[in-house]
Amino acid sequence: MAGVTFDRVTKCFGDVVAVDDLSLDVFDEEFLVLLGPSGCGKSTALRMIAGLEEPSEGTIEIGESIVNDVEAKDRDVAMVFQSYALYPHMSVRKNIEFPLRTRKVASDEREKLVHDAAESLGLETLLDRKPAQLSGGQRQRVALARAIVRRPKVFLMDEPLSNLDAKLRVQTRAELIELQRELATTVIYVTHDQVEGMTMGHRIAIMADGKLQQVGPPQAVYDHPANLFVAGFIGNPPMNTVSGPIVRTASDPAGSFGIGVEGTVIPLPAGHCAAIERSGAKTVVLGVRPEHLRPATEGGLVATVAVIESLGHERHVDCRLADGQMVISRLSSSEPAPLVGERVNLTVDPLELHIFDGVTEEAIETT
Amino acid sequence: MIFTRNAKARRRLRESGLAYLLLGPSLLIFAVFIFYPFLSNFYLGFFKTPPFPGLPNRFVGLSQYQEVLTSSTFLNSVRTTVAFAFLTVPLGIALGLGLAVVAHQQLRGIAIYRTIFSSTVATSVAVASVIFGTLFNPVVGLLPWLGINPQPPILDNPDWALIAVALITVWQTLGLTFILMASGLQAIPDELHEAARIDGAAAWSRFVRVTMPLLSPTIFFAVVIGGIFAFQTFGQIDLLTQGGPLDKTNVLTYYVFTTLRTENNDGKAAVLAVALFSITLVLTVVQMKVLERRVHYAR
Amino acid sequence: MHGDAPSPRRTASRNRRRVLLKVLRYLLLTFLAVVIVFPLYITVVNSLLSPQQIASRPPTFFPIHPQWGSYSTAWDAGHMSEYMLNSVIVTAIITVGQVATAILAAYAFAFLEFPLKRALFVLFLATLMVPFEVTIITNLTTITNLGWYNSYQGLAVPFLATGFGAFLLRQAFLQVPPDLKDAASIDGYGHWRFMTRVAVPLARPTVAALSVFAFLGAWNQYLWPLLVTKDDRYRTVQIGLKQLSSTSLDQVNVTFAGVVIAALPLVVLLLIFQKQLVRGLTAGAVKG
Repeated sequence: MAGVTFDRVTKCFGDVVAVDDLSLDVFDEEFLVLLGPSGCGKSTALRMIAGLEEPSEGTIEIGESIVNDVEAKDRDVAMVFQSYALYPHMSVRKNIEFPLRTRKVASDEREKLVHDAAESLGLETLLDRKPAQLSGGQRQRVALARAIVRRPKVFLMDEPLSNLDAKLRVQTRAELIELQRELATTVIYVTHDQVEGMTMGHRIAIMADGKLQQVGPPQAVYDHPANLFVAGFIGNPPMNTVSGPIVRTASDPAGSFGIGVEGTVIPLPAGHCAAIERSGAKTVVLGVRPEHLRPATEGGLVATVAVIESLGHERHVDCRLADGQMVISRLSSSEPAPLVGERVNLTVDPLELHIFDGVTEEAIETT
Repeated sequence: MIFTRNAKARRRLRESGLAYLLLGPSLLIFAVFIFYPFLSNFYLGFFKTPPFPGLPNRFVGLSQYQEVLTSSTFLNSVRTTVAFAFLTVPLGIALGLGLAVVAHQQLRGIAIYRTIFSSTVATSVAVASVIFGTLFNPVVGLLPWLGINPQPPILDNPDWALIAVALITVWQTLGLTFILMASGLQAIPDELHEAARIDGAAAWSRFVRVTMPLLSPTIFFAVVIGGIFAFQTFGQIDLLTQGGPLDKTNVLTYYVFTTLRTENNDGKAAVLAVALFSITLVLTVVQMKVLERRVHYAR
Repeated sequence: MHGDAPSPRRTASRNRRRVLLKVLRYLLLTFLAVVIVFPLYITVVNSLLSPQQIASRPPTFFPIHPQWGSYSTAWDAGHMSEYMLNSVIVTAIITVGQVATAILAAYAFAFLEFPLKRALFVLFLATLMVPFEVTIITNLTTITNLGWYNSYQGLAVPFLATGFGAFLLRQAFLQVPPDLKDAASIDGYGHWRFMTRVAVPLARPTVAALSVFAFLGAWNQYLWPLLVTKDDRYRTVQIGLKQLSSTSLDQVNVTFAGVVIAALPLVVLLLIFQKQLVRGLTAGAVKG
């Protein structure tokens, strides 16, 4: 068992910077999800832990020792690939056994380990099949079995669920969480799916354009996104954002002011105003989660209901503001919903507002 | 991070070393048995081989090239080889294509016919030559019995020898041509035929407008390969006619062989080899240029 | 006609036409098959007749009393046994050698990074542009100088590597998903074990096709064995046929028997490895 540390790691492919000055600590026995859109550098980061890519700059540690010069095979990590990387010409048994054959494990011991791994993933009856004779879910399990059979210090998973259908994905998600708890091993899990990030990770690390955006427990990241990118990436439907100039309400000498959006001014509480003053931001972007945007009979932003999507347990009400910006309000299905085409007043508890600097896109802390 | 750089360099060095080790055996064979003899041809051509062994080679510069390449024997040999190519390639491809089309249908037992049509790949040039040499024999052969009995006998007949050898070659390569054409046909998606059929095209126009254009890459390859094969023709000649009668079947490769073996004239043979290579090269390039423009590359 | 239900007479005539068409197709196929296979058939027949029967007119098309003696004559007195053995040995060496060198070289081109990779690959392809016939003059000298004239080495060594084989296998190796290489290196498999346990088994169809192609080429060689052998000790079957066919006409049944013996291995090969043979030959066609 071991933690993993990135210390100022940069990886360039020619002129392309895939990973840019990444520093990140993954704790022992932690389930860390590396989350980001495709091409953000998360897979490259994972492959550097595995030893499949060499960092251009910086060091990588696994369990206290620097592994930059350690070959992949000597790092004691296991990896599950998106394609599963099963050897098509070998039976399930041979595939699971494969990592053991180079490690001088006695053959009866080998058999037992394969059997245990297969049993814990429900593969006992499939051991003599070839990968081509398995369903997608079964192949995924074989890939997992091949990874766990060695009891590695660190598990690396590269989008392991993305080739499964939606239903199986939900089921396997839960199984993976359980498996990690049983094995009590460090897991670093790469995905572009924020739902996987939210549900599986002890912490999530969000990357974009090779840079680390934010690290933290899923709920903390959801509640306090560090910047506009994270705010937009986490949450479905994503956070509503509206931008507008800072408008001073002259009547109030305390300097409290609001944000002008389409003729109305959204007033901000004093604490927020102070924070904006301190940050020196010229323009700001307001963010509000769909569940915090409530239709009311008066006040707030005036909008027209454009589309209502009903998901059974909840409704997404897509509203168009007078200037054309779209915002979404999420209502539970037990709440009364407006009608399509109806004008609504959208209100928000000011304390649920997120405020971002319009230029740097960083969050402005309001505590 | 000096230690990192060193480790990286070491890893790279090890990988390169392994690569050269793996390429080594092939490169050694190529160097000794392809590139060196190929290049030394140009050099050998500058030296006149003495009429008796033991005497030193004499440097004559380009004059031997001029002498050999303008000789009537050489020009005749080139003409003969070209004629042989024209006799074998178009006919072979036409027959192979015909067989492939006939065999490209859903019939019970069609696999047996396909096996028979490709059966001549199991014959070598020598096998084919000995079979036909005997069948063409005026005493024990079947040809005279069929009423085909020119005088002198067909393989000694200046008008017929080359044609006879060409026909034997067509038969011997028919299996290969058939396999080529048949797999080319199989690669054409059935939907295209079906689409043409729904559009009301008749069988013949489907063949001309759909099959042929889509098969043209295969035909193109067959023509190029056939041309190259024709310039390497040797066994048939050695077994059936020995270049005769009256040099009518003295194709280039056979000419190289006799110059080397019978005349023991390495210098002259080298010039001929250079010529053989140049002609093959030009032929291939020309075929590529001319034919490629007319070929439809599907998929 | 308002054709919902075609009249029974019309259906019948259409059926009759369909059957007729089918019969015609079979007739055409059979006719072509007979024409193509006739020379091979008559060879087998003649090998079982006496020289007098072969020369008699009208010819015999079916051996009622097959005389198998020609085969033992060809096998022993005609030296076919020696020729066959030589051919088998030389062909085996060439086939194994070609496939082995091709696997090694192709692996380097597909999975390794090294300086001059592109240039060396072009060099490999360049070998395809030099017909073997062009190299015989110096090769004969080289083989003689090495003391390999009239020997198995002399027959086989120049053919132990081909650019074509390396090219074909490289294509196959490039089809191996890169994830498999990564997975194997995490699991501790170096290049050698990855080659033998994963890359080659996955490229098996191509390896098989290449083997058949190499076998065919080696077995059918004529010019080179003619040049570097001088006696029956090392002559291959193809050259042996030349010896056999130049014997007198009253031994013509023995010649035919020799032809059958020489052709038999390839006929068997064709029947067993038809699929690989087709793959090999069609892949070989791309060689040009």
